[in-house]
Amino acid sequence: MAWKRSVEYILKPKKRKGIPEGLWSKCLACSRILYTEQLIKNFKVCPKCGYHFRLSAKERLSQLLEDDTFEEMDANLESVDPLKFEDSKKYPQRIKEAQEKTGLKEAVITGEGVIGTYKVAVGFFDFPFLGGSMASVVGEKICRLIEAAGEKKLPLVIVSASGGARMQEGILSLMQMAKTSAALSFYSKKALPYISVLTDPTTGGVSASFAFLADIIIAEQGALIGFAGPRVIEQTVKQKLPDKFQKAEFLLEHGMVDMVVHRKNLKQVLLKIFKLFYIKSVSSIRQDPVVGVERKNSNTNKG
Amino acid sequence: MHIKELEFEKPIIELEKRIQELKSSSSDEGFDLSKEIKDLEEKVNDKKMEIFRNITAWQRTQIARHPKRPYTLDYIGLIMEDFIELHGDRTFYDDLAIVGGIASLDERTVVVIGHQKGRDTKENLKRNFGMANPEGYRKALRLMKFAEKFSFPVITFIDTPGAYPGIGAEERGQACAIATNLKEMASLTVPIVTVVIGEGGSGGALGISIGNYIYMLEYSVYYVCSPEACSSILWRDVSKATIAAELQGITGKDLLKFGVIDGIIPETLGGSHKNPEETAKNIKTTLKKAFEELCSMPTEKLISQRYEKYRKIGEYSTI
Ligand SMILES: [Zn+2]
Repeated sequence: MAWKRSVEYILKPKKRKGIPEGLWSKCLACSRILYTEQLIKNFKVCPKCGYHFRLSAKERLSQLLEDDTFEEMDANLESVDPLKFEDSKKYPQRIKEAQEKTGLKEAVITGEGVIGTYKVAVGFFDFPFLGGSMASVVGEKICRLIEAAGEKKLPLVIVSASGGARMQEGILSLMQMAKTSAALSFYSKKALPYISVLTDPTTGGVSASFAFLADIIIAEQGALIGFAGPRVIEQTVKQKLPDKFQKAEFLLEHGMVDMVVHRKNLKQVLLKIFKLFYIKSVSSIRQDPVVGVERKNSNTNKG
Repeated sequence: MHIKELEFEKPIIELEKRIQELKSSSSDEGFDLSKEIKDLEEKVNDKKMEIFRNITAWQRTQIARHPKRPYTLDYIGLIMEDFIELHGDRTFYDDLAIVGGIASLDERTVVVIGHQKGRDTKENLKRNFGMANPEGYRKALRLMKFAEKFSFPVITFIDTPGAYPGIGAEERGQACAIATNLKEMASLTVPIVTVVIGEGGSGGALGISIGNYIYMLEYSVYYVCSPEACSSILWRDVSKATIAAELQGITGKDLLKFGVIDGIIPETLGGSHKNPEETAKNIKTTLKKAFEELCSMPTEKLISQRYEKYRKIGEYSTI
């Protein structure tokens, strides 16, 4: 595969639903009014209280990957309607609306890209796309990503943000948990690092499959992470949930994640890990950002 | 949980009652009512056929949850010999919502694991209505690793409303426990055969149901989201569970069509609780046949057969 100069996924701060627009934004946690440009420069973290705004897949991608290094895989995969599912809306209609809203075809973008000087296989979930839910396409894309990482001997990074399995594809959605986890069981035999980044929120079928199967699990500060949603739990146990329940810090305390990371440090942490795993650098990518072909050549047979 | 007779079964039960009455009056009072009885018996059979052959997904769910339905330990007793239950996850405690142990299936030592519901309130408190905590999944994994060590094939029985959504379950890593099982079962070096005997409730069911072959009992169901939960999410109204059950495609027939399961094991008309022995016999036949094939498979093939089965699941377009 050749490197592609794709500008499609480069973040240009623009208005999008759920994301602050205009000159000023309001922090969802402390209600302070923030200067939008400053907020974006600060990785969309409130400079006053540290609240991490949710990022779309494209925003996350542009924060982590070097410009023009992303090459998307399986962009042609699209959902069908295996159950002919219809509640107040038909499933294909919901997909279409989500596509229009997000500019994405599905709830995850997968591909290869460069973080710092390391080439990685990477997946970014998009929560605005039907809650980042996993159905056939998401499962298939994650599977193919894992397989490609294994074949090309690339480290794997998946940034999750998902409410879980997508109801509209019924049992097929549930089975994507099995499929992605099975793919990982083969990848993990190759001794390549898989780093899972859990962001707000990561629950249900995604947390109970590939997201929790990584060699290193990083939780983003303040993220809600768990199996069942807090409301379901509250209804079941009929008691008040503990303070900070299911928050990243709570999971760290209970031994469920390796670390809690502030968004502004995420890239540095990943780079440190790659270095310690002896992942080879893509040589001089920063000094020589134009020559795509050379980048590709310097990259063959690496491991 | 208190219903013994399901609503849609009432016409059958009425007729059966009438037959009983006729029978007792003919013996008490010496009338010859044999013809009437015979007619009614035929009518009952017709009615049964009519009702159970056209059963809806929601009615199936009700049978799958029937309080008299045989559970894992019942089937173990009916199908296997010399069962020794093994307890605990060696880390925290013994989760009784999942049981497991070693037993003999027709001279073949197997490791058998399954969700276990309680028969009454007291037992259900102990068994948490078959809703496992992380320790249940970890116990199951411990037993599967044990099976691997001694080359015993694994049988899992699925019957749970779901993994327990509790505070402790989250604190101790419910998601991680289930995920780990999915991954480890995918590459287990011994055959795994799974039978959904009642309710296949979402991730909690999936957590012990990665197999070379997956079967469903005729009236069992398997879903990503219970009909009630689905209904309340979609319509904020639990009463539309009937529609939700139909929409989601939760029956054996649906799952067979999508390549999720490999076969449907027949039950006695109306459900296995009407004749547990008969259903158990059908399960046993299926398991024996599966192991005859799987136990002679080279390990590599066994693992690739299992992986390919899951790898294929999913529907999408590639335009
Ligand atoms: Zn703030």
